[in-house]
Amino acid sequence: MSERPAPPGKGAFDRGRFLLSWFAVPSAAVAALLLGAVMMAALGADPITGYRALVSGAFGSNYALGSTAVKAVPLLLVGVGICIAFRANVFNIGGEGQIAMGGLAGAAAALIVPGLPSVALIPLVLLAGAVGGAAWGAIPGVFKAYFNVNEILSTIMLNLVAVQLMNYLLAGPMVDKSLTGSVGGLIPQTRLLSKNSWLPIVVPGTQLHLGVVIAVLVAVAAYFLLWRTSFGFRIRAVGLSRDAATYAGMPVKRTITLAMTLSGAMCGLAGSMLVFGSISHRMVTDGSLTGFTGSAGFNGIVVALFGGLNPLWTILSAFVFAGLLVGGTAMQVVTNVPSDLIVALNGLVVVFVVSLEYLRRRARAAQTAEKHQAAALGGPLPEPEPAVEVHT
Amino acid sequence: MSQFFTSAILTATVASGIQLAAPFLLAALGETLGQRSGVINLGCDGIMLLGAFGAYYTALQTGSLVLAVLVGIAVGALLGLVTAVVSVTLKAEQGISGIGVYLFALGFSDLLFLKLVGTPVGINQLPALKIPLLDRIPTVGGMLFENSVLVYLAFVLVPVVAFILNRTTFGLNIKAVGENPAAADSVGVSVTLTRYATVIIGSSLAGLAGATLLIETGIFQENLTQSAGFIAVALVYFGAWRPAGVMLGALLYGLTEAVILSWKGLGIIPLSLSDLASTAPAVITVLALLTMARRFRQPAALGKPYERGA
Repeated sequence: MSERPAPPGKGAFDRGRFLLSWFAVPSAAVAALLLGAVMMAALGADPITGYRALVSGAFGSNYALGSTAVKAVPLLLVGVGICIAFRANVFNIGGEGQIAMGGLAGAAAALIVPGLPSVALIPLVLLAGAVGGAAWGAIPGVFKAYFNVNEILSTIMLNLVAVQLMNYLLAGPMVDKSLTGSVGGLIPQTRLLSKNSWLPIVVPGTQLHLGVVIAVLVAVAAYFLLWRTSFGFRIRAVGLSRDAATYAGMPVKRTITLAMTLSGAMCGLAGSMLVFGSISHRMVTDGSLTGFTGSAGFNGIVVALFGGLNPLWTILSAFVFAGLLVGGTAMQVVTNVPSDLIVALNGLVVVFVVSLEYLRRRARAAQTAEKHQAAALGGPLPEPEPAVEVHT
Repeated sequence: MSQFFTSAILTATVASGIQLAAPFLLAALGETLGQRSGVINLGCDGIMLLGAFGAYYTALQTGSLVLAVLVGIAVGALLGLVTAVVSVTLKAEQGISGIGVYLFALGFSDLLFLKLVGTPVGINQLPALKIPLLDRIPTVGGMLFENSVLVYLAFVLVPVVAFILNRTTFGLNIKAVGENPAAADSVGVSVTLTRYATVIIGSSLAGLAGATLLIETGIFQENLTQSAGFIAVALVYFGAWRPAGVMLGALLYGLTEAVILSWKGLGIIPLSLSDLASTAPAVITVLALLTMARRFRQPAALGKPYERGA
């Protein structure tokens, strides 16, 4: 994965390359939406009504916009984490587990010191969430860097461990002992968390809470980290060529571990936001990871790829995909097509984006070859192509 | 603890472990073929899901489990073709395109389930097929020789896949393409064709694994596989890309699960620690990966699309 569908850099105004780089990603989305329309029609629903319901459900009112922004928070944070890991050429598929561990760590902090004032407790629970996720991300990071364990496999295995840990903690040590469920047992959830830990609503009349602002700031910070610091340079260098980075004397193993840890921290922060920005203000489990994460750990990968693995574009991309998810519920109500359709479409977007990437790369190579040919005939020498745009 | 070591319970536990191992084994054998030729199919879990749904719907409509299994295999083959186009022809990054296939199948299988079936209805079970004489061996007979035909098939495929890999031209081509595609190409072995074949056969086995899991469970539900396909991929690494090693991994996973289930049933593991105990198979797999990764080398071209002259 040396090349990414990054937004075009300075020399992007050749027509072919411009078209492919700017339109590859949106056309993947359009293709997925068209297939979605076909599926809707096949299931006996009117696609236009469906998509209209989706758009108005996601963006049609201030309240809808607020809900979409809140839904975008975990997608954006996970997406930023994915940007960092993928740039180091480490595939973090463990977002789901890292989100859960972050949520648990944050909730535990709020249960231990509920009395702190908001100004101290909110930063504390968010930090605890980040640390929880970082710890869960560090494990596959160390395994990958020092023991050569495929991180895709270890992160997925750790997801399976995380879900059981979550179920155990929420039904046992962290359970709310005051409430029993309909069958008489305790409901696997924490008690109502301290009011001082709740993320305050920023826009009255909507659900838009402080987490939205923090997530955007974190994305901007991640952009600066990746393209304006030597650590970020090392991450990208290791991602482009592990051998070259080793030869240049970079601490490759440490960089891989740290990239994975940081990626986990972003997911953990997302988990914390899910708990403290929730309406119930408890951490609840239905027994599955998806029940808590809303599949943000997987959807965040879609969001990051769609954002060209650039944290700034990921902000926009997270908002769009959050709209799809929020609007998907409205679509389900109107057309009776289950919102699972959106999950399926997300998968198609991923397949299309990575497939188009090859065509884009080939078009670019053809152009370079053309220019070299022109240069051989006496024209100006083309500038060397950077493997990945340095920044946008 | 002592009640666990009675003949009846031990037999039942081992038998259930072997049964639990079968879907993992089928999927992992298919994945082994693909990976030996250099293609990681991370969509395995998704293919299992859609294969399971295809089998479920067929069983509901026709009442025939034979047809159900065939449809499961066909769904797997179709998704294998898609996977091959994406990872071989379009040379997509396999770690990510596989996740895309998985997400698509996760959403699509539940979408179809909710729209086409709605209320879950159970399907028939496959009768246990007792192998004459062998099933009468005390203890061992009950463990090994009273299973469904699909379980036998999974274990019979282990030597078959090993034979294909080690004793046939096709197998030599697979390994050549997975180790050094440029060299294979230069002597006239089609890298594309070989990889299409392994991915489609491998995905058919994943579809069969989904159908097997469905028939063992007796009913479809959202995310039926619970990441079984991903575990199967891990088992390929665990088994160092050899069918026998993969089988050992699948058995270890299935037996661990069965022992935990049995201990929960017997009260050896208290209810409060039940979830914690369920982490054991995954933890063991991670630790196994940790020890195996240093000892065995993966196929040299694993995950790398082949481009002539590149």
